[in-house]
Amino acid sequence: MSLTVRPGSLLAVIGPNGAGKSTLLKLIAGLIRPEAGTVTVLGGPPGEAAKSVAYLPQAEAVDWEFPVTVGEVVMMGRYARLGFGRQPGKVDRERVLTALETVGMGHAVNRQIGALSGGQRRRVFLARAIAAEPELYLLDEPVTGVDATTQEELMDVLEAEARAGKTVIATTHDLICAAQRFHEAAFLNGRLVAHGPAELVMDRELLSDTYGGHVLVLPGDGERLVIDDAHHHDDASGGERHFHDETRG
Amino acid sequence: MNLIGFLADPLAYGFMQRGLVAAVLVGVVCAVMGTFVVLKGLAFIGDAVSHAAFPGLVVAYIVGAPLYLGGAIAAVGTALAIGLVSRRSRLRFDTSVGVLFAGTFALGILLFSTIKNYVADLLGYLLGNVLGIGIGDLVQVAVLGAIVLGIVIAIRKELLFATFDPLGAAASGLPVGALEYLLLALLGVTIVVSIQAVGIVMVVAMLVTPAATAQLLVIRFERLMILAAVLATVAAVSGLYLSFYLNLASGASIVLIETLFFLLALLLGPRTGLLSRSPARPGSAEAV
Repeated sequence: MSLTVRPGSLLAVIGPNGAGKSTLLKLIAGLIRPEAGTVTVLGGPPGEAAKSVAYLPQAEAVDWEFPVTVGEVVMMGRYARLGFGRQPGKVDRERVLTALETVGMGHAVNRQIGALSGGQRRRVFLARAIAAEPELYLLDEPVTGVDATTQEELMDVLEAEARAGKTVIATTHDLICAAQRFHEAAFLNGRLVAHGPAELVMDRELLSDTYGGHVLVLPGDGERLVIDDAHHHDDASGGERHFHDETRG
Repeated sequence: MNLIGFLADPLAYGFMQRGLVAAVLVGVVCAVMGTFVVLKGLAFIGDAVSHAAFPGLVVAYIVGAPLYLGGAIAAVGTALAIGLVSRRSRLRFDTSVGVLFAGTFALGILLFSTIKNYVADLLGYLLGNVLGIGIGDLVQVAVLGAIVLGIVIAIRKELLFATFDPLGAAASGLPVGALEYLLLALLGVTIVVSIQAVGIVMVVAMLVTPAATAQLLVIRFERLMILAAVLATVAAVSGLYLSFYLNLASGASIVLIETLFFLLALLLGPRTGLLSRSPARPGSAEAV
């Protein structure tokens, strides 16, 4: 597959379970190596610019019973900048508080991470990413399992980061959110089905290609898309489609 | 008997002075390492590594090498082997550990049975005797303990990140794999240092119990580490005095006091305490 993401982009990665969304993020983060092909991140191989990349794992990847406070978790975002064996200082503590306030969690700095609700935990992890002051955000399902208010607020934060020139790549299962709040979308199903502006998420044919023909469109004001994720297909036929402003004109 | 006399009298004995220093050193090193053992779920590995040190001690005895060296090679080697096997094999982690654990200890017992004369020193390592520690051994404990403590304290934030969120830590550029092997190697050294004090069978308690107790009482990682070290120190000192006055086994006394602290924390702790359990606890609401 070939996919280029420009600085300032807000890219949604969508596709069924097992499509390779998380794998794509891990490749970019340098957590796994590609079997073939090359990945270039911020001008170098993945992992080289680790300080400028903030990765947010899926919620299941973390032990929530861990005895760490919200403040300690967000401080982890500062570690890469601090360097090995150096302890955080005043500037780091200020950045942590600012990041927590950005996501509306400034009040929770001394609470145990596990005492928070699922949505609050996502907010805190996003704050950790912000505290790292990255150029590139790699977010694995940042808004999965959170309520509508939290989702909107987190998307506001990501939008502001993209406006400030940061690149945001996030996987999501929420197609409405992908269509309405992101700039671009990448459709994955074992391969790159398509890449283009986020409005394309509402394209029935593309969705059918991506999710394997199990897309129902319910009529109503603003069509609602329902995806039957239980059925996968392994139809790898057809090339990837790239929809960019210059090619669509 | 007055209190000062009660505390000062035992210190007139050299073995008690050395024993106290050794017990506190071992207690603190174990408690600090134990923080990661508890958080990473390495308790079973700790037990396995301490048993794996036994064949190393026996081989060192047979060939006339320093016992510590033999134990250290066996313990660190097993710890690293467990790390390797767990990454490479398709077996469940605890299964691999269980196989190595029993196999290495059996090897130790087998080799031990080939020694013709009675070897009290080696049996001493099974149950430990901190009051029997000589000045040479004490210096070894102090040097190795200081090295382990120094490394763990210096890179505690990296170890914390890699333990809490390995993926996030690796993505931020931390060498998570190397840190894991380092932690296992340090665990091996800690165990060898502790064996003389509390014995192969009870080392795992020294590693796990203070940190587990602290986890019931505090929610901040740094405080957890400090509290575990404090609990271990108090248990080491009070355990040795108990051992001195009541003529009880020293290692077992220390471990039982640590266990008592754990039970008290379990019963009275602010979050898990049976007595403090009420439907609406202030400050823990899920609101917002």
